[in-house]
Amino acid sequence: MIRFKLNGRPVEVESATNDTLLWAIRSKLDMTGTKYGCGLGQCGACTVLVNGKAERSCMLTMDFVEGKSITTIEGLEKDGILHPVQQAFIDHDAMQCGYCTSGMIMNACSFLNENPEPSTQEIIEGMEDNLCRCGTYNRVITAIEQAGKEMKGGVKL
Amino acid sequence: MKETQNKVIDIEDRNIPSGLSRRSFIKRFGGGLVIAVSIADFSALSAAVTQSLPKDFNAFVKIAEDGKVFCYTGKIEMGQGVNTSLAQMIAEELDVKYEDVEMVMGDTDLCPYDRGTWGSLTTRVFGPALRSAGAEARAILLQMAAEKLGTEVADLSVNDGVISKKGSSGSITYAELTQGQKIIKSLKGKPKLKSPSEFKVIGKSRKRVDGRSKVTGGAKYAGDIRIDNLHYAKILRPPSLESKLISADLAEARGIDGVVVIEDGDLVAALHTYPEVADKALRTIKAKWDTPKNDLDENSIFDHLVKNHSYTRVNEEAGNLAKGEEASDQLIESRFLDGYVAHAPMEPHSATAVVEDGRMVVWASTQNPFGVKSELAGVLGMKEEDVLVKQAYVGGGFGGKSRNGQAVEAARLAKKSNLPVQVAWTRQEEFFYDHYRPAAVIDIKSGITQEGKIQFWDYNVYFAGSRGADVWYDIPNHQVKSYSRGRGEARVHPLNTGSWRAPGNNTNSFARESQIDIMAVKAGMDPLEFRLKNLKDPRMIRTLKACADKFGWKPIKSPSGKGYGIACGTDAGTYVAEMAEVEVDKETGEVKVIRVVCVQDMGLVINPQGATIQVEGCINMGLGYALKEDIKFKGGASSHKSFGNYDIPRFSWVPKVETVLLDLPDEPSQGGGEPAIVVVGGVLANAIYDAVGARVYQLPMTPERIKAAMV
Repeated sequence: MIRFKLNGRPVEVESATNDTLLWAIRSKLDMTGTKYGCGLGQCGACTVLVNGKAERSCMLTMDFVEGKSITTIEGLEKDGILHPVQQAFIDHDAMQCGYCTSGMIMNACSFLNENPEPSTQEIIEGMEDNLCRCGTYNRVITAIEQAGKEMKGGVKL
Repeated sequence: MKETQNKVIDIEDRNIPSGLSRRSFIKRFGGGLVIAVSIADFSALSAAVTQSLPKDFNAFVKIAEDGKVFCYTGKIEMGQGVNTSLAQMIAEELDVKYEDVEMVMGDTDLCPYDRGTWGSLTTRVFGPALRSAGAEARAILLQMAAEKLGTEVADLSVNDGVISKKGSSGSITYAELTQGQKIIKSLKGKPKLKSPSEFKVIGKSRKRVDGRSKVTGGAKYAGDIRIDNLHYAKILRPPSLESKLISADLAEARGIDGVVVIEDGDLVAALHTYPEVADKALRTIKAKWDTPKNDLDENSIFDHLVKNHSYTRVNEEAGNLAKGEEASDQLIESRFLDGYVAHAPMEPHSATAVVEDGRMVVWASTQNPFGVKSELAGVLGMKEEDVLVKQAYVGGGFGGKSRNGQAVEAARLAKKSNLPVQVAWTRQEEFFYDHYRPAAVIDIKSGITQEGKIQFWDYNVYFAGSRGADVWYDIPNHQVKSYSRGRGEARVHPLNTGSWRAPGNNTNSFARESQIDIMAVKAGMDPLEFRLKNLKDPRMIRTLKACADKFGWKPIKSPSGKGYGIACGTDAGTYVAEMAEVEVDKETGEVKVIRVVCVQDMGLVINPQGATIQVEGCINMGLGYALKEDIKFKGGASSHKSFGNYDIPRFSWVPKVETVLLDLPDEPSQGGGEPAIVVVGGVLANAIYDAVGARVYQLPMTPERIKAAMV
């Protein structure tokens, strides 16, 4: 039995130690906002926060997760209020099919926590390994710029 | 609540879709007023519209008892934003608040038949039909209100779903009219659509209606469906598309606790309630395959294509090629090559299937739910009405999700195992089974006079098809021929091929626009001036000039070192012109696209923001096929198992994109999901040439190919 915190709540999952966090979240906890895109940490669709830092959940095994605090896309909204990054994605239509969106947002949250006032070039570098086939990149960059301004280093996760 | 009298006015009850009883049809929709719309009687709609839509019903509109408006359509949402723009159309014609409209899409029980969401057809062809549905629903509600208020329709007006009698305080809402109604209605006399001067919703930018569900993780894709006792299937895969299974040793897999092993002919799968256990079980299966030797690869494929066509079609011809050649002062002969390209949607093909009360119920990542329904009925030997495909968001399609192998697998396994089954392809399976954009060869011979007038155009395209090969430059002598294989013959491609965003047009437009620039250079002319000299079509001239204005084009003598390029094209009824600025690293051959300006003549634009976003997406996606994406393979075995050796565009590739949609509200709407991608190859080829004098004849224009062409 692996115990960890998921979006602030303690959970326990019956799991082999080398199972991945991605499938534990998706199939055992039925939280499907975190997506499978490649299974090799190459696309970023499965990005979650581990103790506040972006990680590829398809690359994390459950023994690593034991005792940690995991935040998924479902955990960002608080009392019906969206996280500034989520709101900025809506404001700028920074998505099309939406399949990469959870991972984009989670990575952006982590990135902005570390670099609250990024330049455009820093955003590009910080987001480089999150892939979007619909080609929404320009709008994602603008959304992250807006969210950064609104957060001003606030909203820690 | 007042009782509503069920009076018949000048409205007829319609037949319900074939294969359903009236009672079961009404039951599906619950309470409210259902208006079934057929475009068959709309004489105002173009032949292109009426020919490509079914004759019985095209849309159902339901006014629920709480005033919410539901619109049922067989189209699907895969990112292109039609769940927003279609709702705008209904809100406009029905005179309700946009926020009160909810689209129900791609549910084969609830929605009228639709062939599929592709070809940029949703707005230009289905759109007019849907607007007609809204207009018809509005007229029916007005008639009902007139009856109720004891007045004439002419004395009524509507605003946000409230019908008021002019000069009196009497009013009634759509919701009140529908109380207690469970009827399907249709109108005898067809109402007119609104004119652009009356628009309140159409033509105004709207943000995506599904934004909130997509930023919260709430949007459900086919692989997000969870059912009690759901079993995840991992399927035995061959080393090559051409392999035949000889034997598979399943004993070890069968011994794993909770694993269900299914063998159904060539379909062998391990099922478990946890996908990683199913995967471990699959890895224990020892299989023997017979794989025929096939040395075709990404280099030898082009000769193979040219040699192995068996069917030739003349798509277009005018004048006399020999005369044109005689009249020319310079001849230019070129061969253009294009490799296979993957769709690579972020969501791999997924499907969830369960047998419920004798019916096969399926959620599938698909562009054609009704195609899935009939395919499954055929494969499973079930009646079509016993298959239900349900609505799910689709995580990118680009043509690739018009093939539904994963849905067939999930349904076969669910039927055989009698368990709810999910098949979610891995990235490796997605690359392996993708129906790639076909490799193709284009040979062009053309000639120009001293003055830079094109005299002839001898265009031969092998295996890309003729979309985008039509001649709209003003060329007196021309011929377009396409070469392929006849129906029923063995396919020429070792890999699966299919429709890839604007099928054929990317390949054709790359070749055409490259050849045009080559001729401009030979003529010693600026590429814009050369194009304008050889164009007669006023729409293209207007589009190209608007693009030059926005870009700030100054005449160049290529290669000017500036890295400026032009390309124009047509697709799905839309005219598109692009200009780009690139930087090419002479040492490495790497290309950085700095800026792309795109102008489209696409008629009436329903949601300008949505259309603009499609342009941005097209240009960003187009960078991939133009510069990097190229499937390597040996026979029927793709060499790509992950994004590790298949580069799709990333944040750092992205140029500044500026979009202009010409303001043409009185012209019919044209396609928006594809046109802007078709000229990306051409515009970058020409910009690369202008930057470093390297004319690259093969897509993708990799650094190696650019360096080799630099001489």
